Amino acid sequence: MYGLGILKGLTVTMKNFFRKPFTIQYPEERVAQHPRFRGEEFTWYEERCTGCASCAKYCPLGIIRIVTHPGGEHVSEGQEYAIDVFDIDIARCMFCGLCVEACPYDALFMGSGFEEGQYSRKDLVITKDRLINADKKPSTWFRPQLENQEYNSQSGPPVDWENAGREPWSYHMPVRPQSADESLEQGEETR
Amino acid sequence: MSSLLESNVIFRNVYCFWAANPGNADQCTPVGALVMKDGLLPAGFEWLAYVMAGLSVILLIVNVYLVFAALYTYVDRRVLGKFQGRIGPNRVGPFGILQPLADGVKLLTKEDIVPAGADRWVFNLAPVVMMSSGILVLAVVPFGKDSFVVDLNIGILYVFAVTGINTLAMFMAGLASANRYAMFGGMRAVAQLISYEIPVVLSVVGIIMMAGTMSLVGIVEAQKVPFIFVQPLAFFVFIAGSSAEMNRSPFDQVEAEGEIIAGYHTEYSGMKFGVFQAAEFGAVLITSALISTLFLKGWEGPFLPSHVWFLLKLFFFAFIFIWIRATLPRLRIDQIMAYAWKFLLPLSLINIFVVAAEILLLGEQITDSSGVRMDLTAGDMWIMAGINVVVAIVSVIGLSKITGMDAKESTKVASATRIIEGT
Repeated sequence: MYGLGILKGLTVTMKNFFRKPFTIQYPEERVAQHPRFRGEEFTWYEERCTGCASCAKYCPLGIIRIVTHPGGEHVSEGQEYAIDVFDIDIARCMFCGLCVEACPYDALFMGSGFEEGQYSRKDLVITKDRLINADKKPSTWFRPQLENQEYNSQSGPPVDWENAGREPWSYHMPVRPQSADESLEQGEETR
Repeated sequence: MSSLLESNVIFRNVYCFWAANPGNADQCTPVGALVMKDGLLPAGFEWLAYVMAGLSVILLIVNVYLVFAALYTYVDRRVLGKFQGRIGPNRVGPFGILQPLADGVKLLTKEDIVPAGADRWVFNLAPVVMMSSGILVLAVVPFGKDSFVVDLNIGILYVFAVTGINTLAMFMAGLASANRYAMFGGMRAVAQLISYEIPVVLSVVGIIMMAGTMSLVGIVEAQKVPFIFVQPLAFFVFIAGSSAEMNRSPFDQVEAEGEIIAGYHTEYSGMKFGVFQAAEFGAVLITSALISTLFLKGWEGPFLPSHVWFLLKLFFFAFIFIWIRATLPRLRIDQIMAYAWKFLLPLSLINIFVVAAEILLLGEQITDSSGVRMDLTAGDMWIMAGINVVVAIVSVIGLSKITGMDAKESTKVASATRIIEGT
């Protein structure tokens, strides 16, 4: 009444005037990101991938394209197929993560970045080369083993392909170690 | 011719720089004479020196206006950002100080569109009229001690006459745009600006009566006590009414973007739009300059140079306008009109009546060369200040009750006001 309400409003704005701005200046500063953030660029470990194409089958949009040929030179468990093409068209990707859930060998992870803007649709296809050369900084989404390792997708070092799985890599070795029980127990621990 | 040479330092110096000296040795100051012993032009070309001096002063004034308007766009955005808990433009140059320049370049390179049905002449003329009215006001505003283009003896009358052109420019823009929203904006501009012109002018009448002159320089010199203390009611009416005349929040009905897109400048693009914006920001500065001249002793103040004092006061009021803009929501058009006619107009009439009575009782009649006038001492002014504060409080509360402007009694009143007051 009688303009007192206006004065009250003016004091409210004045309080805000002396407050620190909420703005985070993006390219220089960043918001702390959740480790399970489902980011744009996928993390893929060629060494772990058998070319089974489960991810491609589970993808509701069918945007993962995999071409393989029988090779035998591959390190991973199947040792049968070498991968020629591994394309993910993220222009149509909705980041549901079903491909990551489907992967039986923990070879495919969601990424933790979000800066994959491109000028043409063609460039939005993530090719095999890009996946291999990318920083191996997976998101911990659907990968509890990474959280157990206290891995941080933003500040931590990249994850090696041997450490990315649900159990130690030695478990998958073609020649099993002498005491298989030991390694199984280790696997229990890291799980 | 000679009066300008006497009153205006810049004019005199430029004139003395160009004109041949022997003919006007009495007019040229030592400062002017020091620069050039003889003027650059031969004898008999004093008229050219006069023209050049005039053009230099015009150039200076126009540039002061433009630079200040540009600076104010930056200050406005930064301060408003601060009020809203964000940073504001800080990318172009140090602290973003070059942002107005970048905006200017952007606006200049934009396509300049004239709508197909528009009245081309009026459409193109409107921004020019809008800006020139702002620049013309600066001719009489004293920026500091002895720093004014011309000391008109009808200074305030001139100011109101020239700022009144604003209304015409807005209506021209609205009418010529061939756009309904622009037309609405123009109509609202006419309704609102003319309504608020009346209380604003009437609030200044009290000041003119006390100062005994209409010249802005004379008013500053007559302020033995700053008129903000002597006439708080006039100050309130003036600041409320002039913030309505600037079309800034909470009175920005003319360009209410939620209702009529951008009002009268909906169809403008490129630099024509930029000119409208610059004129709007310039209007804030002019209003601040007028308020500090009329109510806060203009350039006068201790310790600091007079120009610095003037700028401090100017930016203080400019800041207050940003503060108000950051605080209050937009009012409805009927609330705005009711506020002008039912509240501010009676208040300004009360102010005139009370001040006139006080001058009649306290003042001492003196007759000199300029005629009969009432003289007031500083003591008289302090007595008046005491009385007028009481009168202001009583009349604001009483008038609120009579007109139903106090939110508790009436349902007709501003929902916006109710939200602020939390009732």
